This record gives sequence, C-alpha cells and structure tokens, in this order.
Amino acid sequence: MSLELRGITKRFGALTANDSIDLKVEAGEIHAILGENGAGKSTLMNIVYGLLSPDEGSISVDGKVININSPLDALAAGIGMVHQHFMLIPVFTVAENIVLGHEQVKGPGFLDLETARKEIARVSAEFNFDVDPDALVEDLPVGIQQRVEIIRALIYDAKVLILDEPTAVLTPQETDELLKNMKKLRDKGAAIVFITHKLREVREAADKITIIRRGKVVGTASPTASQEELASLMVGRPVSLDVDKAAPQLGEVLLTVDQLNIHDHTGRALVKGVSFELRAGEVLAVAGVQGNGQSELAEAMVGLQEHVDGKITLAGVDITRSTVREALHSGIAFIPESREEDGLISSFSIEENLILDLHDLPPFANGPVISQSVVAENASKRVTEFDIRAQSAKDAASSLSGGNKQKVVLARELSRPVKLVVASQPTRGLDVGSIEFVHERIIAERDSGRGVLLFSTELDEVVALADRIAVMYRGEFIAIVPADTSREELGLLMAGVKR
Amino acid sequence: MSTTEIRSLSAPERRRRRGIITMGVLGLFALALFALMPKEGQPVTYSFVLGNEWVLIKEWIINSKTGSLIFAAIALASVVLAALQFRARKTIRFASSIFGVSFLMSFLCWAAAGKFIPFTGLLQGGLLLSVPLIFGAMAGVLSERSGVINIAIEGQLLAGAFVSGVLASLLHSNWLGLLFAPIAGALISLLLAVFAIKYGIDQVVLGFVLNVLVIGLTNFLYKKLLIPYQDTWNAATAFTPIEIPLLSKIPLIGPIFFSQSIIVYLMYVVVTIIHISLFKTKWGLRTRAVGEHPTAAESVGIDVNKIRFKNVLIAGAVAGLGGAFFTLGAVGSFSKEMTAGKGFIALAALIFGRWSPLGAVAAALIFGFADNLQGLLTITGTPIPSEFMLMAPYIATIIAVSGFVGRVRAPAADGVAYKRGGGSH
Repeated sequence: MSLELRGITKRFGALTANDSIDLKVEAGEIHAILGENGAGKSTLMNIVYGLLSPDEGSISVDGKVININSPLDALAAGIGMVHQHFMLIPVFTVAENIVLGHEQVKGPGFLDLETARKEIARVSAEFNFDVDPDALVEDLPVGIQQRVEIIRALIYDAKVLILDEPTAVLTPQETDELLKNMKKLRDKGAAIVFITHKLREVREAADKITIIRRGKVVGTASPTASQEELASLMVGRPVSLDVDKAAPQLGEVLLTVDQLNIHDHTGRALVKGVSFELRAGEVLAVAGVQGNGQSELAEAMVGLQEHVDGKITLAGVDITRSTVREALHSGIAFIPESREEDGLISSFSIEENLILDLHDLPPFANGPVISQSVVAENASKRVTEFDIRAQSAKDAASSLSGGNKQKVVLARELSRPVKLVVASQPTRGLDVGSIEFVHERIIAERDSGRGVLLFSTELDEVVALADRIAVMYRGEFIAIVPADTSREELGLLMAGVKR
Repeated sequence: MSTTEIRSLSAPERRRRRGIITMGVLGLFALALFALMPKEGQPVTYSFVLGNEWVLIKEWIINSKTGSLIFAAIALASVVLAALQFRARKTIRFASSIFGVSFLMSFLCWAAAGKFIPFTGLLQGGLLLSVPLIFGAMAGVLSERSGVINIAIEGQLLAGAFVSGVLASLLHSNWLGLLFAPIAGALISLLLAVFAIKYGIDQVVLGFVLNVLVIGLTNFLYKKLLIPYQDTWNAATAFTPIEIPLLSKIPLIGPIFFSQSIIVYLMYVVVTIIHISLFKTKWGLRTRAVGEHPTAAESVGIDVNKIRFKNVLIAGAVAGLGGAFFTLGAVGSFSKEMTAGKGFIALAALIFGRWSPLGAVAAALIFGFADNLQGLLTITGTPIPSEFMLMAPYIATIIAVSGFVGRVRAPAADGVAYKRGGGSH
C-alpha cells in the first residue's frame, strides 16, 4: 500500500506550519521525515492521521484520493500511528487501551476483552514484545508502552505506520530494538513513516529521507549521506556538530551533595541516596532516560522540592533547607526544563521576565516602586548580549520562538553573581542554531570557572558537553563515569545494567 | 518500624496501615469511654419494631456498661484481625466493616445509657436520608467520570423536587410527576453541557451559577404560585411504600430495604446499572477514557464532547429523579429550598467514595445514618452536643480529601474543557 500527499498546506493564524508539502511513501520502505523541532513534521502527520484538517491539499492511498476527517477514517484506510506523547490511558489495562474505540461487545453492550487478549498475545509473540494484556499501562516502562501503541496499530491492520519521534523516550538499546522491529515490519510489506530529528537513527534505518524545513520540503537524501550533509540540509546552512572545548581547568570543590533522598507527598522515593562532588570549572552531566528522578534532583538544588533528606553544600554553605530565593542568591543559576511553565511568565513582557529574580532589589526597585527606566536599560543590555531576537523588549514573552525564550531565561539567570549553573534539558525542543548558542554558553560558563550541573536525556548533548557523566536510573546515580565512556556502555547504564 | 521500612511499602499498603492505626486509636477511645462511665451501668433498650417479618424480634435490653465493653472488645479484636490480614497481604475490608459496626454499637451503648433506641427505625431513617445523596452522587459519577465537574447537583435535585411536586399536584398523578422529574434535572444539565462543553466556560463557576438560578426561580414560583394557589399547585401526597413479597419479611433487613417507596427501588436499579455499566460495558470504557485522557480517546476516533454531553444530560436526569424523593418520596408538597444543601453533601460523598459508584453509595449511607443518629440523639439527649455528631462525617470527608487515607484521585481530565486538535501542532 502506498501513501501520497499532494500540496498539503496548514496554517495556524499567521504561521504556515505546512506549506504545500508533497510526499510519497511506498509499501516495504522506511521513509524518514527529517526536520528540526518546529519544522512542521508533527503537524503533517496529525493531518494524515485525521487529528487536524488541512487547509489545502489531498491525501491518497494506492492512488485513490481519500477524505480523512477523523482518526477513524485514517484507521479505516489502513493508517496507524505511534504518537510522540503516547495516546494511552494510564489507568486502563493494555487490553482496555487496545479495544478502546473498537470495542467488541456481547449482550447489551458488555465488553468482550477475550478477542483482544488473544490478538495481543499473537502480535506480542511475533515480535517478542512480551506485553501482558492485563497489566495497567501506568505500571509499564515507557519502552513497553510504546510497544502497546505498535501492537494497537498492527491489530487494526495498519499498512502505513507513522512513528512520531519514537526514540525520544528510549534508551540506546531500546532504540536499537525499535529500529530492528521497524525493519522487520518493512520486510513484511508495511510502509513506515519515521519522523525524527536524530541523524544517527535516520542513517541507520531509513530507505528514503525527506527533509522538511520551516514547513516546506527542502529536499531528499539517501541514507548514505553524511551526518554533516543531513544536518546542513535540515538547518539550511553548514553546521558543526561538535562543540569546541578545551580541557577543563578544575578548581576547588564547589558543590557537595551527600546522601540525598527525595520523596513525593505520598512517601514514594524519587531520588535515592545520591552523593557527588562538583568542582569549579567542570561540567557534570546527568544522563538517563526521562523520568528517573532527574527533574526532582535538579529542582532540589534550588529548594523546589519539599521532602528532601541529606545535605547539599555550595561553596561551604549548607543550602539543603534554603528557600528558592536564598538558593538563587547564594549563587545558583537555574534553567528549568519547562521554560514556558517554569522559566518564564509568558504573559509578562521580555523586560519584566528579565528581572523576575531581582525586581524588588535596587537598582530595579526604588522602595516599593519599580523603576521602568532601569528595567528598560537592563533589557536592552541583555537583548544585545544574549542575541534575543524580538520586535521590542516590551512584547510579551509568549511572542518569542522557543530559542529566544530560552535566551531570555539564560540572560536572567546568568546575570546574577553565579557560582553554579543548574541546567535541566536546556536544549529540549530548540532549533539547531539555538542549541549551538546554548552549548557555547554552557562551555563559556565552565571556562570562566563556574560549575555546571547539566541534566539531559539527549546522549549526544551529554557526550558533547560533559567532563564527567553521572547516569541516573530509578532515582539513583548508578555510576559516575569519565566523558569518554562508550555510548554502548552509557546505554547499558541508562537501562540499569551495572558492569 | 524504622522509616525506611515504611517507605518500602506501596501506596495502598501505607494507606491500609494508616487505616489500621486509626482504627486502633478509635478502638482505644471506645474503651476509654467505657472506663469513664459511672460504676453502675444503666439498661439500654434496642427495639426492633414494625413489619410482618417471619421472626419478630421485639427488643433487646443490655446493660450499658456490659454492652459498651463487649463491643469495644470486638472492635479492638477486629483491629488485631486487620493487622494480621495486613501482614498476610490480604484485604482488610471485612475486618474494618466489623470494626465500624462494633465501634458504633459501643458508642451507642455509652451515649444511650438508660434510654430507648428504636434500632430498625434508626437504620430505616438513615437510608431515607441517604436517598437524595445517593442519587446526587450518581449524577456526580456520571458527569465527572466523563470529565465534567458537576457542582449543579443541588440545582438539579431542587428542579426535580419542584417539577415533580407541582406536576403531581396539577395532573393529580404522582406517576406523571415522577416522570417529569428527570426531564427537569436534564434541562438544568443541558445548560451545564452547552456552556461547559460547547463554550468551555469554567465548570465550577457555571455549576454554582446554575444552583443560584434554580433556587431563585423556584423561590419566585413558590411565592407567586405555590403559596396562593396551594390547593391546586402544591397539594401532592407522597407515594405509599410498596412491600416486596418475601423479601420484606426478612427480619431486620426486610422492613429497612424492602418496604419502601418506588423511588427507593428505582435508586437500587440506578446504582446497579451505573456500577455495572461503568466497569463492564463499552459505554463505561469510553466514559472513563474521555474523563482520563480525552486526546487519547479522540486519537482512536471517539467523539469526546458527544460522550460528555450525553453523560451530563443523563447525570441531570438521575439527579432530577432523586429530587422527586424530597416531594413525592417524603412529604408530597414542595417547600422553599427544600434540598437544603444536600446536593453539595452528595458531592462530598462522591469524593469520599473516590468517584466510584459503590464507594459513593457507602459514603452517602454513612452521611445519611450520621444525620439520622444525631437527630435521634438530640431528642433523647446525650452527653455530647448533637451538632458535633453532625459534623463528624464532614470532618471525615475533609480528612479523606486531604489525603490522609491515601490520595484521592479524581479523573485526570475532570473539569478540563476539550477542544479538538487543541494542543497538537
């Protein structure tokens, strides 16, 4: 079965997310759609899957134009999708999730899950998926949850399978396993649309590559193309994938964390017995699959977690019980993982966001009054220094692109007297240009003698920036290893396998 | 036990542990009451009246001191049983229900020393006071499980009470009055559904406004029509109880459960249907899906807002039917603001029952029984002010909601309006 898109255009207000996109995917091939974050890949696939309707253009299957107005139409046409954010209901069992929307009933509407259980067992056995139909989805690791989505698509007989950034939540080993299964499906004759921004995976698995930039198809490439070639097609200019950095100039021990435990309000342990030291002039990167306690550990550094035992010492001062304000003023810059929700107040102007931390202190505050002229002056300095691209510093922060939002956060956090930078997923969802900027800035902080505690789920980022790597698994530091540790070994550690 | 051991338990286990500890404290409290009693006990008379059961138990007299001690001992024994079952990783539901009953009996022996307790009547009255709460809580289950917060239960009950009372009076037929009660409730729900689902207005504010609307409207009509033309507009009489053959003859249980008006029997049916449907049918699966993760439901082709719309309408109908109990099930005629906040208490029962139909029924029964018990104790006179008795179930609710007995988890998308294609681009 082949899928063909012609002239697909989708606008959101002034933004054209998809600009007359043409695409043809054949049976028995893995067709990668490569593009940066925000290039319009997910929008395109949501159109194909019937979650959005296109403003213009047509979709045809096997040469016949079809109307897709809802996911039901897509499923009926043999199009299945594995979503980036899983479309599974956490409190349902695997079988309940799979039958949802296609329920078999007996008598007056009673659910019949037996058929589904058998189907799950069949598909599960075929691909060595090892999925229990009666397990609650919320109890399953993300890798298994993804398999549930794949099983669902296969049970509904999808001939075209769309995988939207499927590797974002997986360990390197799980990624390999997924790529293997994608090839297996392809060999059985399925057409696979593989959406990603990860060059390594594209080169490994894809048969054809279509590159999308700012909503337009800008070209195609073959999997034999080098990473640099693909990257420059994706970004539209030559990019260097390596971060230039000199050997670290290590200083005194700056941060000591001793036996840190964090619990949620029900008493469940989120971080268990974490201890480490960080020197001035060093980047310690915390690697791990999302949801292994990194977010909580990062927040605990600045007093954002409630139930914390253990001891955090910054330059000889115990900050374990510090308030957020005390922690920030003792010399920590904090770059939170969700910049829209925790890093900025979206409806405030850029210049207001730049002084959130110091608004009540001179020179910004003059008694109870905030001095607008000082605020504006500060903003114009920061905008230049951090290359924030905005019409005016008086615009709302929500009007900025992701990269510029992150620059506002960086500009605010790094403009205090800082000893330690805590950065949590600092490049998540950014375009390549902004990623380069953030990376350079982090290295610059390190070189000026500050300590950097970096949390990242992107292994490439960890390897590029780290002087040492701590791998976090189920709330523990399973190992702290040198920066030149092999990717394979890091992958095993991320899956909880100790040497 | 050291703290690390506590933390190695799972969340439900910790909850059960806290439950057992609470029961232990209450059990010791019951013993303390016994110790504080005057040396010579007084007789407590429990009477089991009415009906034509096969075996007639007339009354049971026990010395207050002996009774209090025996039941406190049973309560403490059930705490031990619960602890043993907890060790063996079994459910403690049985032990805790034994505890509940014996603790209450121990308390009654203490509180009613030298008095007369119409035991059957106490339970029967408790059930009757729970009826509107149960209907209200079922309305809450239907709407909130699909993701729409229903604060308008109070208004739906009141609308049902008003319409059923007035129409029964005007049409001289209780059955026609009863027929229109759900329609009245559903009309209030229609407003909730249109504004909350179609226009995405804040559901809590909207529900509250609807309550004010119904109260204002019924007050106005009551004053302008029901008082001046009472003989035609407000002269309905209550349904007479129907005795179910055989079942009503079971001692104790029979007269309480099976000698009731039609509305109570409808309640049994409604609760059974909702419980089974919610967990065993296609409709139930879809309802829970749109209440938990509407985007996921949409992604498999389910029309989220259509299901929510339907459920909110059915919820209103159920609450409207419950409203008829105030008039046709109890006194016949309508009086101003006669629901008196029961809709909000139904909401509390819904939360206390963790959004499950049977849990909500249990909570509503406890609330109804406590309400009736305090009424009785006010009349007979007790050592503690009856107002405190009345507060007890609500304090229990606050404790439950605050997470002491484990976190109460509402449907994840409860109260969040859903817009198609909203978050994804």
